[in-house]
Parts: sequence; C-alpha cells; structure tokens
Amino acid sequence: MTGLFAAAPSAVSFDTPANIAFAVIAVVMVIAAVRVVTTRNVVHAALWLMIVLGGNGLLYLLLQAEFVAMTQFLVYLGAIVVLFLFGIMLTRAPLGRSDDLDNDQRWMGVAVSLILLVVIGYSLIKTYSDDKLTFGAVRNAGTNAQTQDLATSIFVDYLVPFEVVSVLLLAALIGAIVLARRD
Amino acid sequence: MWFFTHVWIVPAMMALSFLLILFFGKKMPKKGAEIGIFFVALCLIYSLFTLGNWITWSHDSPTLAEGAPEAQQLAAEKGALANVPAECSKVAAHPVASVASEKAEGGSGGSDTSGGHGDEGATAANSTGTGTGEVASGAAATSGSAKAAEAGAEETLTRPVVRCATWIDSPEASITWGTQIDGLSIMMLLVVPLISLLVHIFSTDYVHGDRRYTHYFAFLSLFTASMLFFVLSQSTLQMIVGWELVGVCSFALIGHWWEEKPNSDAALKAFLTNRVGDMGLLIGMIILFFAAGNSFSIMDITILANEGGIRHTVLMAASICLIAAVMSKSGQFILHTWLPDAMAGPTPVSALIHAATMVVAGIFMVARLYPVFFHGLSISGSSINLLAVVGAVTALFGALLAFVQKDIKKVLAYSTVSQLGFMVTSLGVGAWTAAMFHLFTHAFFKACLFLGAGSLSHACHHSFNMVDDMGGLRKIMPKTFWTYLIATGALAGIFPLSGFWSKDEILAGTGSFPGSSHANGTYHLMLIMLLIAAFCTAAYMTRTIWYAFYGEYRGHGHPHESGPRITVPLIILATLGAIAGLANLPAQLSGWLDVPDSVQTRFEHLVEPVGLYFPQLTHAEFNPALAILSVAVGGAGIVLVYLYYWKGAFAGLHGLAGRNRTAAFFKNILVNKYYFDWLYTDVITGWVKGGLARGSNWVNKNVIDGVVNGVGRGAAAGGRWVYDNVDQTVVDGAVNGAGSVSSATGGGLRRITSGHIQQYAALFFAAAAVLAGMFVVLIG
Amino acid sequence: MLLNQFLLLAAVLFSVGVYGVIVRRNGVLVLMSIELILNAVNINLIAFSTFWGMGGQVFALFVIAVAAAEVGVGLAIVLLIYRNKRSIDIDALDELKG
Repeated sequence: MTGLFAAAPSAVSFDTPANIAFAVIAVVMVIAAVRVVTTRNVVHAALWLMIVLGGNGLLYLLLQAEFVAMTQFLVYLGAIVVLFLFGIMLTRAPLGRSDDLDNDQRWMGVAVSLILLVVIGYSLIKTYSDDKLTFGAVRNAGTNAQTQDLATSIFVDYLVPFEVVSVLLLAALIGAIVLARRD
Repeated sequence: MWFFTHVWIVPAMMALSFLLILFFGKKMPKKGAEIGIFFVALCLIYSLFTLGNWITWSHDSPTLAEGAPEAQQLAAEKGALANVPAECSKVAAHPVASVASEKAEGGSGGSDTSGGHGDEGATAANSTGTGTGEVASGAAATSGSAKAAEAGAEETLTRPVVRCATWIDSPEASITWGTQIDGLSIMMLLVVPLISLLVHIFSTDYVHGDRRYTHYFAFLSLFTASMLFFVLSQSTLQMIVGWELVGVCSFALIGHWWEEKPNSDAALKAFLTNRVGDMGLLIGMIILFFAAGNSFSIMDITILANEGGIRHTVLMAASICLIAAVMSKSGQFILHTWLPDAMAGPTPVSALIHAATMVVAGIFMVARLYPVFFHGLSISGSSINLLAVVGAVTALFGALLAFVQKDIKKVLAYSTVSQLGFMVTSLGVGAWTAAMFHLFTHAFFKACLFLGAGSLSHACHHSFNMVDDMGGLRKIMPKTFWTYLIATGALAGIFPLSGFWSKDEILAGTGSFPGSSHANGTYHLMLIMLLIAAFCTAAYMTRTIWYAFYGEYRGHGHPHESGPRITVPLIILATLGAIAGLANLPAQLSGWLDVPDSVQTRFEHLVEPVGLYFPQLTHAEFNPALAILSVAVGGAGIVLVYLYYWKGAFAGLHGLAGRNRTAAFFKNILVNKYYFDWLYTDVITGWVKGGLARGSNWVNKNVIDGVVNGVGRGAAAGGRWVYDNVDQTVVDGAVNGAGSVSSATGGGLRRITSGHIQQYAALFFAAAAVLAGMFVVLIG
Repeated sequence: MLLNQFLLLAAVLFSVGVYGVIVRRNGVLVLMSIELILNAVNINLIAFSTFWGMGGQVFALFVIAVAAAEVGVGLAIVLLIYRNKRSIDIDALDELKG
C-alpha cells in the first residue's frame, strides 16, 4: 500500500525530499490509524490517535498551511486528546488489555470499508491522477502572506460562517454542561 | 496624572492576588486570606490617591463659558479630550471633522433630540413646558437663571484620561484594550475595593473553617479583579469580557457550597439566566461596533452617539438590545428571578456581588454608554420610555415581593432588585447623576444590611429564617442592631441618612412633581410607581426589624454578638451609609438653609462628565415639597408596620389571607413570585421539552403508525383479494411457497432492525458506498 | 507532489475510521474513529486549498472547531450513558429495536 503513495512523480526537482517526508508520514499515519481501530487497549488507542493527528499536522506543514497546522497541534493534540483521556477515565474504561472492545461485525466492517476505499480510490485515481500541487506565490519563503490571506479570508469572506461556528461552540458548551452535570 | 495612566495596576494587582492565593494560599498561615486583604487594601489606597488626583485634576480643568460662540465652545471641548490618544479613539482625535462629515451625510435624527450644543435654557424650557404647561415653563424661566447662577454661567469640562494597548491591528478594525478614567470610573474604583475590603475582613470570621476557605478568597480576588477590569474598560469588547468574568465569578461563588443541590441549581440558574441577557449585550455591542465605523472604543461610540454621528434608529435598536443585558445582569423584571436564588451563596458574597457591585454592572454599562440610551430612547423631553418603564416596574414589583419572604436574605435580595429598579428608572428619566449617586449610597447601606443579616445568621446557627428562627436579638446583638437600624433608615430614605438624598434626587429627576424644574422630561407614571415602591421599601424593612430584633427569641441555642471582624465592617458601612449623602448636597434646601458652595453637589461635579462624549443634562433642583412627601411616604410605611406588629393594630388584617379569598389570591401570587419561575421552568421549558416529545410522539403514533397500519390493512385487503381471486385458481403449493418466502424476508428484515446502532451505521455506509459507486460508474 | 497522494491517504484514513465506527464497542473509541474520519476530510480540504485558494483552509479550521464541539458533546453523551447504564458498551444500547 505504501508503494502507492511513495510513487513520486517522474519529475525530479525539489519535490523529492518532500515526497520522502510524505511517504514516511503516510506510512506512520496509516499504521497508527489501523492500530487505533484494532488495539485492545483503550489508552493505547488514544495514544495512537495522537500519532495520526500529529501526522496530520505535519501534512499540513508539508502543504504549507502553517496556521492550520499549528491549530491542529494546539486543538487536537493539546485539547481533544486530553478530553479523550478524561473520557476514558471518567467512564472507568478498562485501562489494560481487554478483549471485548470489538463487536461481532468485524467482517462486515472490513467489507464496508473496503468497498468505500475502492469506490473512493477508483474515482480519485480516475479524476485527479495527473494533477500536480501548485503552491503559487506562497513559495516565497520568509513571509507570512499565507496566514495573512487566511485571516482576511476568515474575517472578510467567511465572517458569517465564523460567527455561526462560534455560536455552535457556545451551544455545544451549554449542551455539554447540561448533559454531563449530575443532578 | 501618573495615577490615571497607570490605573491598570489595580485590576492587575487583584489578578495577581488571585493567582497567588490559588498557588500558595493553602501554605500561608491564614490560608490565603491575608494575601487577598493585603492586595485589596493596596487597591483601596491606590484609588484614594486617584480620587485625590482627580479632585485637583478636575479643579484645573478648563471651563466652558455659557455664551461663548459655538466654534470656541467646540475648540474647548476638543481640547478637553487631549488626553485621549488617537489610537484609542479615532473620533476623539478629530471630533469636529468626523462629526461634521457624518452629520452632513446623514442629516440624522440625533440633532433634533440631542440639543447637545443648543442653548441649555431653551432645552429645559422645552422639556418641562411640554408636560406641565405654563406653570412649569414659568418655573423653568426663573430657574434657568438660578441654574446659571449656580453654575457660575460656565461649566467645567471633564478631561478624561484614556490609555490603551492595541491588541489586534487591522485595516478594517483595530481592537484595543486599556483604561478610561473619568468621574464615573473613579467612583467605581473607590466603591469596589472599599466594599471588597470590608467583605474580605468580614469573611475571615464568617467563613472561618470552611471546607474551601482558600478557594473562596481566591474567587473574591478574581471577582474584584474582573469588576475593576470592567469598570475601567476602554473598549466595548473589554466590557464584554469583564461582564462575563464577573458572571463566572458569581457562578463560582453562588455555588460555593455546591454539594447541596439547591446551591448548584441556583448557580446554574444565575448563569443561564444571564446568558439570555448576554445575547442582547453581544448584539447591542455588535450594532454599536458597526455604527461607530468599526470601532470598539467607548470614546468613539459615545462621541458619535452624542453628536449625532449615528442614526437614531440604530441607537434605538442598540439600546433595546442592551436593555435586555441590563435586565439579566442587574436583576430587572422579568429576568430578575436568578437574583433571589443567588442568595444560596455565602452571605458576604451576597453583600459584595449581589448588592454592592456585580449587579450594578448593568447600571454601569448604561451609564458608560449613556449617549446611546439618551438619544436612542429620546429620554430628553419625553414622558415614557423602555428603560424607565423597566426600572419602575422592577422597583415596584420587587418591593411588593419582599413582603412575603420569610428568609431575611431574600427580603434583602428583593430589596436590591427594587433599588436597582430605582437606579434604572433614574437613568431612564435622564437623572444620570441621581442614578450614580444612588448606586454609590446603596452600595454602602445594602452591603451593611447584608453583612448584618450574615451576622444575625452567624448568631442563630446559620439560619436565615427570620420568622421562625430569630427575634428579640436587639438586646443580645446591640452593634448589629444599631448598624442594621441605621442602614434600614438609609434604605427607607429617612432624613438625613444617605438614602434620603439619593432617592430624593431620583424622585425629583422624574420631573413630574408640580413645581419641579430642570428635569430632562416629565415622567408622571414613574414618580407614582417610585413613591409606592418607596412606601413599600420602608414597610418591608421595618417588618424585618420586627422579626429579627423584637419579640421573643424563636430559634434555639443561645445567640451572641459577633466578633470584631464582623462588627467593625458593619460599623464602618453604617457610618458611610449615614453620611454618604452629604457628598451631593443640593445647592439650596428650599431657601431657608443655604449650603456653602464648597460642599454642594460635589459628587455631581466630580462624577458627571461634561464634554463631547456625554449628553448635556440638566439637573432637577431640590424640591422641598417633594422631599417632605417622600419622607412622609417612607414614614407612613414605617408607622403602619410599627402599629401592625408592635401595637397589634389593624387586628382585622392579621391572618387575613387565611380568611379572605381575595387576599389569599394576592398573597399566593406574591408567594409564588408572580409565577415567573413556574412560567420559565414549567411552561416555557416544559412546553419546549414536553411539547417536542409529545409532538414527535403524536407524529409517531398517528402518521407513522397510520402508514404502517395502512400498509398492513392494504396488505390484508390485497391478501383477501388474492385469496378470493388467485388462491382459488393457483396451486396451494405456490401459495405456501409465497408464504414461506415472505416469512423468510420478514425474518431477515427483523434481524436488520436489531436496534444495534453500529449495524445501522454499517448498513448506512455500505449503502452510501454502493450508491456512490453506482454514481461513479454511471456518470464516469 | 501529486494531489492524489494526499487524497488517497485521506481515503485510507477515512475507510479505517469507518471500520472503527462500525466495529468498536466502546463509546470513546467510536468517537476516536470519528476523529479519524474528520481528519481525513481535513487533509482533503487542505490539499485542495493549494488549488482553489484559502477557502479550504478556512473550512479546515471550521472542521477543527466543530470537531472540538462534537467531542465535547459526544463525551458528555457517553458520560451520561455510562451514568445510566454503568457501561459504555454501544451494543447495550438497543432501545431502538423494533
């Protein structure tokens, strides 16, 4: 499976180091993701998830989306994983190995996800197989033009969705309090 | 000047105190209390210095000659804003240009309502003349000259000092935060640390040995820090942050003893009720942000609102939204329900948060953004507006509710609601100074009353039930009794205690009493409601004195006078509550007693801003007839209750509710707090929750079941038809085969609807994948 | 680099996440699998944003925010289930059965 990703485009150029980095990250991520859904230890699953999320952040860096990468590290690695660990502790999940973490539809799961993968993969390969990533002017190192553009984009083009998301977060906050409080 | 520009130290010190208590409090010999007391005392010293500097500062301020040409006036007003840097307020840097351009483009409604630069006498004549006809206009004419004489034909301009740091700087909008010092913030800067210090000292005894003693003091510090942060705000964004911070501290302190469910419920109720108003706050602030040309600066907003730079309808929309915020934070009708419940917190907290400081955040916000309300609601020259109605209704209905409470703290809580109503009314009728003055005096005597109630319960085994567990404490707790009595007198408005002066200014400010002059409007309805509320105030407070201090002791154990750490703050507060009224003596008491120039209306001169960023208000004059009436009304309340309880008069009224259906009906309404809690929890929430559930159940029952039944019936009918027509002619074996097939399908389908969510998820994903696959194959 | 590298990696992560959602019995683990799915989507968004401009990144940020909200509420629900049933076994939640 890794060969598929590591297959660098025939063009030489400076993409090679980036491709190597991508290959490494991709392999690690896929292994970690598979471990998340197969490990028999709940805490280990959270730790494997951390690796996947961190790899995700590295991919964003590779794609020159620095701000999103930082957000990914802060929010996901910093906050969400901790939240998961709290969830694990609060629900007294078995901290060691346990054999009953999966239900009896393992083959169904494999089948469904394989069908999905085939469908998605087929259409992707069919549609985008010769699109190369272009980074445009952002290649000019040393500027923060990317983040500046992002800020303008959020607060000018997408201001209303931004506000809606903040209201959603507020609603989630209240909802979580109401649901989780003891009474 | 140094004290003005570095005032950020004050909230910073309290925040530091919070952190220190949090991290090191448990290890300190006094468990962190000493850190809090030390820092609050420092803050108080700082604010005393600031006050001193402010007095000399405003003494040196330039004056504005009455008859000077407009250009000269404007130049002087602009000069007064010299201490507002351009990065803190774009408008203040070039007020004339920006206002002129806005005016030219808008031609807005601001100019006809403001009268900002018009001749003051004409405005006054206008406003009173509309209401009371020729008597009033005659009075206005004479008192116009009196006013001119009083002010020496010139007004001292306020020179606010603003400092800010830029947080986010972008071409569209720059977000700043900092401090704005003028009379209003100086007053709050004095009140908050003062009350906080006394509450800290009181608490060292009152919550002694509590399970979360250190935590308690940490949150007192945080609360003081956030309130100071709020009152010093330079931008509306900062105000919102401070506003929410005091809300959070209030949540934490109400729920201080969260192990008992009513306490944590009360904390949640306070928090959630406040969220309702906070929506209004956010929307209002956003409206103002855009209206002021993408600026959060309070200075920008107030100058533009005041000088007609913002359209009248916009101001009205913003002020209505902000009134919702005031209603929740300052416990105004109909969002007041959280405030009495918030008495679940420790008593010193009630004194600090729910009497003296936090609940006045709403009042402060209105006062700070006053031009928005003044012009948005057309307060000047009017006779009714939303702010005044909300306030007057609250003042009256809150006072009525206080009658049926058994819990002494609840009485005080409703009394707070009612007094906040007085302040809001006062702001609503244009008597800005009166409102601030009442806030100032009320902070002292209400804190004294709450702490007194705390002292009582400290003696009576932590019960607040004055009807069943108190009584006869006058002899046992003389210090508590006398301080409580003085504070009650002040609250009831007895001459010459502080409450008399401030309440009288509010009543005069309605401009409705015959012969009153220089008010900003004529609010007859408000005057009547406030007078009734004042009567009730005196009456219910006398009732608490009867229950707590007279008669026989009804509790158990042996009560005793509290220690010095409790009584000394009480004595200080009672003294302040008695004499604070002298801070704003009217110019003359009916001519028979002239007040020396040096002590008259000091408060007004120091606190009320004059300049471009504040509407030019007129000040109702002291009216001896009204003063006598208000004292008489209060006195009548006291005397009637005295006769009722002490002398047993009106025997027919005793136990009336038990005999008379009408009386019982009204009492029931009061006991159930006008059924507001019932309305919120049972009707609204219940309707939404139960209604949705019932609605979906109905759909389930009638629509879905109907479809299923219909399908079933159709199938049955089809079956009969088949039986009649086909079965007779087709071989039995085929029928049996069909039967077993359908049975098998049914069985298979039954297995699918197992209720296992993940099975559903698997089917869902599989179906989606198959559909997507078909899509890809067919399209591609 | 090819666009498809990223898209295919995202597809793999997505499928793995779906597998987890279907197979895991522990509620917290199901939420983790949902995180995998959301992250796969984010990779797509960011990869496409190099083509189409900033919108992709903006929405990736939105997805992160929404994911935070989702985890918050989701864990609250899981906690509530735990409190009511003393277990967070999803298989035990079969009240929907007909």
